Amino acid sequence: MHFKPHDAGRRIVWSAFALLLVVAPLLFTSGMSLSLLTQIGIAAIACLSYNILLGQGGMLSFGHAVFSGFGAYLAIHALNAAGQGLPLPVSLVPLVGGLAGGALALVFGSIATRRAGLSFAMITLGLAELVGALWLMLPEVFGGEGGLTADRVVGKPVLGISFGPAIQVYYLVAVYCFVCTAAMFALTRTPLGRLLNAVRDNAERVGFIGYDAQHVRFLGFVIAGFFAGIAGGLASISSEIVHAEAVGQMRSGGYLLFTFLGGVPFFFGPLIGAVLMVLAFALFSEWTSAWLLYLGLLFIVMVVYAPGGFASLLLMNLRVAAHGLLRPLWPAYGALLGAGVVALCGLSAMVEMTYHLQLKAGFGELRFFGVPLQPDSADAWFGAAFALVTGAGLFELARRHFAAQWDATQLEIEAIQRRKEGL
Amino acid sequence: MDQTLVNLLNGLSAGLLLFMLGAGLTLIFSMMGVLNFAHASFYMLGAYAAYGFARIGGFWLALVVAPLAVGLLGALFERFVLRRVRANGPVPELLVTFGLSYVVLEAVQLAWGRAAVPFVPPAALQGPAMTLVHPAGGGLDVFWRAAPEAVCSAAGVSCSLFPATRAFVAVVALSMLAGLAWLLVRTRTGLILRAALTHAGAVEALGHDVPRIFTWVFAGGCALAALAGVAGGVTFVTEPAMAASVGSILFVVVVVGGMGSLAGAFVAAILIGLLQYLPVAWDVSLLTLGRAAGFDWGPETTGHAVLKITLAQLAPLLPYLLLVTMLIVRPRGLFGTHGD
Repeated sequence: MHFKPHDAGRRIVWSAFALLLVVAPLLFTSGMSLSLLTQIGIAAIACLSYNILLGQGGMLSFGHAVFSGFGAYLAIHALNAAGQGLPLPVSLVPLVGGLAGGALALVFGSIATRRAGLSFAMITLGLAELVGALWLMLPEVFGGEGGLTADRVVGKPVLGISFGPAIQVYYLVAVYCFVCTAAMFALTRTPLGRLLNAVRDNAERVGFIGYDAQHVRFLGFVIAGFFAGIAGGLASISSEIVHAEAVGQMRSGGYLLFTFLGGVPFFFGPLIGAVLMVLAFALFSEWTSAWLLYLGLLFIVMVVYAPGGFASLLLMNLRVAAHGLLRPLWPAYGALLGAGVVALCGLSAMVEMTYHLQLKAGFGELRFFGVPLQPDSADAWFGAAFALVTGAGLFELARRHFAAQWDATQLEIEAIQRRKEGL
Repeated sequence: MDQTLVNLLNGLSAGLLLFMLGAGLTLIFSMMGVLNFAHASFYMLGAYAAYGFARIGGFWLALVVAPLAVGLLGALFERFVLRRVRANGPVPELLVTFGLSYVVLEAVQLAWGRAAVPFVPPAALQGPAMTLVHPAGGGLDVFWRAAPEAVCSAAGVSCSLFPATRAFVAVVALSMLAGLAWLLVRTRTGLILRAALTHAGAVEALGHDVPRIFTWVFAGGCALAALAGVAGGVTFVTEPAMAASVGSILFVVVVVGGMGSLAGAFVAAILIGLLQYLPVAWDVSLLTLGRAAGFDWGPETTGHAVLKITLAQLAPLLPYLLLVTMLIVRPRGLFGTHGD
């Protein structure tokens, strides 16, 4: 253990994070990108809060959107109440959402955290279904399918900030994003944060040293619910509407998928996941209607080959680069990429042709990356299948070669480190 | 009264359908420790595959071929994907099947479109299996299949129908239960399966290929789900949402019954099937109860939105309320043996 009172590296990272949040809207100035940045900030809080459960506490939840959705719902009500004269500044409305999410997590957590592991996962699924069904059953209370709306420009502007312009909302989200990220990082350094990790790794031993594993899980659950509620409150301010979809299975599944893709074992992994989530929902779904198929396939591949998510891939390559060994791996990466692109083109050409036949038969010609495809000709199908099979075969060959080279590189790094320690 | 009897039968049939799914899920879970999130997706695949095969060779062929085809898909998934994450523990296994549920959902929409498909039962399964006739003077008459038209159209007589497809679901489920019990208890294969459940190492030492047994178990569980899908597909609607609607209830069944317990899955499935159908006939709400008790409750009463919900409307929520109650009273489930 090294005690470092002045951790320069950490200060640089956090300053860079703050700077990034400040200058991002100056680099991407269009209205569309400002909206995406706002959503990324909100998704970052939500995914980080989800990772308190999955990454730090080892609790796989299928119902995290319940808390962000409930926070969003009460934040809409708080905005409406502020419009009718309640002295509540808009900048504090996300905290209302956070308290709502935390309060609901108090109730649900006391039920769900009685169990761990797979049972916990099933219980969160059941509770999420319960909330989703209730939401639609009580349209007078929750707004039903149409949702509830509010106006975020309420009360007197504070220091000239009315939260009318989108840029002001972005900076509100940015401030909350920074503070929440810092708070959640601080949590990992507290005794509670360490105990959460211990419960994840071995709940029985936590009991042996005198702590109640169930209570630790419960506290983690409530804290995660609180931060999810803040994300929900910010989403309400940004979009001024909350639908039943905000508590739905799709949203909860999205948190799980993208937090995992980002990287569960690392604190900053969910930030990558949040960026991917917003880009996937906003951009990728525009390109192809089969995007959930690709998302599912990518997720399966990542669970099998890279359970640490993109963050682990990034860190492993940085480690190789730090030892100056990345350059010899480039040809192998190139081969992987080339074969992968060929296989993917074949697969997605077949998927797009099927969709074209299935959904839009007779609606003009299908263009695949600008190339016209005839879904009704055997040639196109044969070509696509050929590309898929060849690409997949080459990919497997390249993967074996790469795996061998990668393992050799890791051995080399270990040898270098042993030499350093020997000195 | 007669409608309640039909609801009871409907509930039993729904419960048996849930048990067909729960049995496969429980078998896979207790043998391999894998909670198959995509189990309901295999149920949906079974329904769609049967719809496809039925158009080629008729329904009865599809009833046999569709579960085999889906079982084969399950075997391939186990062999080439699930086995690779085996070493990483139960959560990655659950995650990989979670990803599969997305892929299956999209693949089904890719192949058969986003709307429901017209999967109609064969002639033998159309119409009612029996008709309960409630004559004007009281009493109860039972007719197999449809009652003569003159009986039901008479004045003061009410008829309730029990559809043949639902009876078919019950028959399929019960024969599956019998077949499964026979396989597990009476055959040598069952002996090896049961031994692999508790003493995988010893079974391996005796020369059995345990990973291959696991592949067979997974394939078998998926085939059972697909069989349930064929029966469920003709009874209910064959649509892309069918996996999600049955999936969450299915996990309630498994948790309430106790993870890994076949008997628990049976009791919980029947219980939840009845919970879903029995209240349908009861148009009671807190509002009507309050009015009956003399309160002057109207639309302006506080909480009217909650008070006016009838028990019939609440029926879809009851399984989840049962789940919550069970967790508070008995966290390990009805027949669960261990904590998690």
